[in-house]
Amino acid sequence: MSWEPVIGLEIHVQLKTQSKMFCRCAVGALDAPNTRTCPICLAHPGTLPVPNKQAIEWTIKLGLALQCEIAEHAVFHRKHYFYPDNPKGYQISQYDQPLCVGGRLRLPGAGGGDEIGITRAHLEEDAAKTLHVGGAEGRIHGASSSHVDFNRGGTPLVEIVTEPDLRSADQSRRFLQLLRQTVVELGISDAEMEKGSLRFDVNVSVRPEGSGELRTRTELKNMNSFAFAARGIEREIERQIGIYESGGEVEQETLHFDPTREDAPPLRSKEEAQDYRYLPEPDLVPVEPLSEWSLDTLRAELPESPAARLERLLSAGLELRDAEALNTDLARVSLFETLLAAGIEPKSAAAFVLNEVTRHEVDPAKVDGAELAKVLRERDQIPREAFDAAVAASAESGFAAEAYLQERTVADASELDPVIDRILSENEQQVEAFRGGKEGLLGFFVGQVMRETQGKANPKVVNERLLEKLRA
Amino acid sequence: MITRDEVLHVARLARLELTDDEVERFREQLNAILEAVGKVSELDLADVEPTAHPLDLVNTWREDEPRPSLSVDEALSNAPDREGDFFRVPAA
Amino acid sequence: MDTLRLTAEEAARLLDRGEASSEELHAAYRAAIDERDPELHAFLRTVDEVEGGGVPIAFKDLISTRGVETTAASKILAGYKPLFDATVATRCRDAGLPLLGKTNMDEFAMGSSTENSGFGPTRNPWDPERVPGGSSGGSTAAVAAGFAPWALGSDTGGSIKQPAALCGVVGLRPTYGTVSRYGIVAFASSLDQIGPITKTVRDCALLYRTIAGRDPCDSTTVELPQPVELPEADDLRGLKIGVPKELNEAEGIEPGVTEQVNKSLDLARELGAELEECSLPRSVDFGLPCYYLIAPSEASSNLARYDAVRYGHRAEGAADVREMYARTRDEGFGDEPKRRIMLGTYALSAGFYEAFYGQAQKVRTLIKQEHDALFERFDLLVSPTSPTVAFALGARTDNPLAMYLSDVLTIPSNMAGMPGLSVPCGLSEGLPVGLQLIGPQFSENTLFRAGHALEQALGFDFVPERLR
Repeated sequence: MSWEPVIGLEIHVQLKTQSKMFCRCAVGALDAPNTRTCPICLAHPGTLPVPNKQAIEWTIKLGLALQCEIAEHAVFHRKHYFYPDNPKGYQISQYDQPLCVGGRLRLPGAGGGDEIGITRAHLEEDAAKTLHVGGAEGRIHGASSSHVDFNRGGTPLVEIVTEPDLRSADQSRRFLQLLRQTVVELGISDAEMEKGSLRFDVNVSVRPEGSGELRTRTELKNMNSFAFAARGIEREIERQIGIYESGGEVEQETLHFDPTREDAPPLRSKEEAQDYRYLPEPDLVPVEPLSEWSLDTLRAELPESPAARLERLLSAGLELRDAEALNTDLARVSLFETLLAAGIEPKSAAAFVLNEVTRHEVDPAKVDGAELAKVLRERDQIPREAFDAAVAASAESGFAAEAYLQERTVADASELDPVIDRILSENEQQVEAFRGGKEGLLGFFVGQVMRETQGKANPKVVNERLLEKLRA
Repeated sequence: MITRDEVLHVARLARLELTDDEVERFREQLNAILEAVGKVSELDLADVEPTAHPLDLVNTWREDEPRPSLSVDEALSNAPDREGDFFRVPAA
Repeated sequence: MDTLRLTAEEAARLLDRGEASSEELHAAYRAAIDERDPELHAFLRTVDEVEGGGVPIAFKDLISTRGVETTAASKILAGYKPLFDATVATRCRDAGLPLLGKTNMDEFAMGSSTENSGFGPTRNPWDPERVPGGSSGGSTAAVAAGFAPWALGSDTGGSIKQPAALCGVVGLRPTYGTVSRYGIVAFASSLDQIGPITKTVRDCALLYRTIAGRDPCDSTTVELPQPVELPEADDLRGLKIGVPKELNEAEGIEPGVTEQVNKSLDLARELGAELEECSLPRSVDFGLPCYYLIAPSEASSNLARYDAVRYGHRAEGAADVREMYARTRDEGFGDEPKRRIMLGTYALSAGFYEAFYGQAQKVRTLIKQEHDALFERFDLLVSPTSPTVAFALGARTDNPLAMYLSDVLTIPSNMAGMPGLSVPCGLSEGLPVGLQLIGPQFSENTLFRAGHALEQALGFDFVPERLR
């Protein structure tokens, strides 16, 4: 029996607005407890929320970037539950009339890529932080009391829910990367997991391949990196398949992972279905985006999506891994494209940007790509030293290729042969070893020749001549 | 007819710990009230829009400009229990 | 200084002419409070500092006052001192009105008699064995008893209008959205409004002008379309007044009340108004059930924040947070809030929302439509404010439904978001009867005009007989 995973994600992104969603406290991170609060986010009696217009605009922009339909009439709802980090006893969120519905994110890849459906994206406020004191390692069990810090409470949060369209742990990981990048490039969030500005839960079920069924799913929470998530998802898929194959049934459960101990099995709980008693928020009025914004204008202001850019890199002929690695940095992509335009072969250009540029710790944003391309084209004709120096200097203002192209490597076989012959005659043992099968020793000979010529020999020609002589 | 179990369920949802006496007293009173208010279901209102707000307002919001927050001591000034700069509660 | 008789307008004149200082005024009212409030218990606490050079004022205790304890008459907020002023408090402060103190009320504004206060009831200055009405009973009693020239109350189902009627004073429930709710301990968000309680209609207009207008801290407020006008005219010429059958002939209206109201209607005709009978076919019948679904639902939500974490009462010795919540709320809330929280929680719970809250919101639309239709023909509607005069303390406390019926005449127009003014129009059995004037949204100037003209013609003496 062949099984296929059915995976959906619920992602929370903190918006990096200046002020909170419903009050004017500053939005920030990692600071002294209870220093960014006011009567509103402390839910004092009589306080009322006033929405942050910027947060609404950014949510709409995100919706447009995800090709969602923007609601003509959106409503905030109260979602009720009791917990110390939820000071009003309800969270202001959205229910059946969210700002954005029905979008998709194209996940480019080998073989055409996949379209992952976005069910909805809505705007809500973040909860405060409850710290459990006295229990083992700050976890809930065994805690004797809890401390509450309301700094985070009220930060604007966009919740994005995907359709259960993901089919593997790795695909989920790639989706999260691309979504994160989309959000960061829109300039609306830093989306950093360590800082808590990006969080997600995963819903996992499996089904017989091609059956189209939707079986019981489990919810995975608290995995705090994409790699951790991929591993957690994989194990859960295996576990569920194992259950079905031994004739059992998967139970609906929530799996709480320990973010500090990746390999630890998650704690399972069967949480009672919560009755949130959704109520349209009477202290807020509905939002009708079209009266305030022109969607066409907002769309035109959107930067190129990382997904679209990734498609372009793939169609230039790059491997998925290289394309994705390049795609994470706009400056690197831009440099790559400049090199392409200057006639450098795509795979070499990509390898160069990913390896050499990075190795030399040069800021791709400052590199003069057109000049550097000139050096790259003549890479084999100039000494290694000169090439490295060129790369290292390529981000400085006024960088010009010419200086580094003056010195040419010696490519004339008639000049190199005497040196090569001398090296071979001085290393008879190694020559015999080579001829006896140890062809890896070629590198040794090349190294000797390069040392002898102080790096000025043309490595390609040296290679050719050595091989010819060694195999003679 | 609201049952004792329903009263207990609702009290739990609302985080109210009722005595047995209160449960029975409230059950009777809630029953009477529910009967009285239940008459709204007599009306056929399929074509009527619910009143979202008494005034037909939309799009009230504010610019994204922060203002100074309370000091820690002000924030904690009404707290029933505090430890350092935190609000303290029994284990959550 | 006769604090029983002095109107706010007269007090302002005294201050303007230098015939009295605000400290002297404040002291005079404090003396009256010290002398006669131990019997009536209109105030929960008084304020000693005199801040401002204007006419002193009392606030219902659900209005947040910075540094001054604010409890909404609930034990769950005993000792709570707000860090900020409600917007209406700020506006009064900016107008120079010194605070006299915080007045008693039904706990969380839930009630019609002020007997639901967590700190003991208030007694009616006309007859201390009777209730002052509620939930703003402390404010209306304070004004009637000469403890304050004017006061602010709150009205959700009739909590300004009804106690004003029972205490023989003027009370305005404004158009929803014209007065800020920021800093008002919330009961039912889509219904709560703060309004003036005064001895005269002109004072009412003056105080409304001070507090009304859009507040950026309250998303549900709007600017007044026209400025507030102080009424001058002593006639009602040109006004068309509707007399809805269902409001004027509802079950439970005492004959004495009907008699006073009818006398006022005759007077209105003499003053030049055109009166005509009309009908609100379903608003009165379905108003109460509609209110008692929407208000408790919103209340159950608004009262969820009383969880002992950040302020207020905390039950001792709880082993975990859940126990802390449940015991705190059971200890801190009185019966009426508990009843309404449970009713509201039930109405919003899974499976019941559509049938209860959802349906009630549709009934609300219906009620608004019926009122709108009448306001195409009429400038105002008129009815008794309360079906009865003040009832005896304890008479309805065992029967919640009977208590709820006190608001049967004030609730319908509230559901429609419309303003209402209660003006004392006579006595029945020696107790005040209130006349309710209802107008379309933003018609306060018309209400003031009509109320003032009637008030002048009626010549009702607002000083309780036993205190004269």
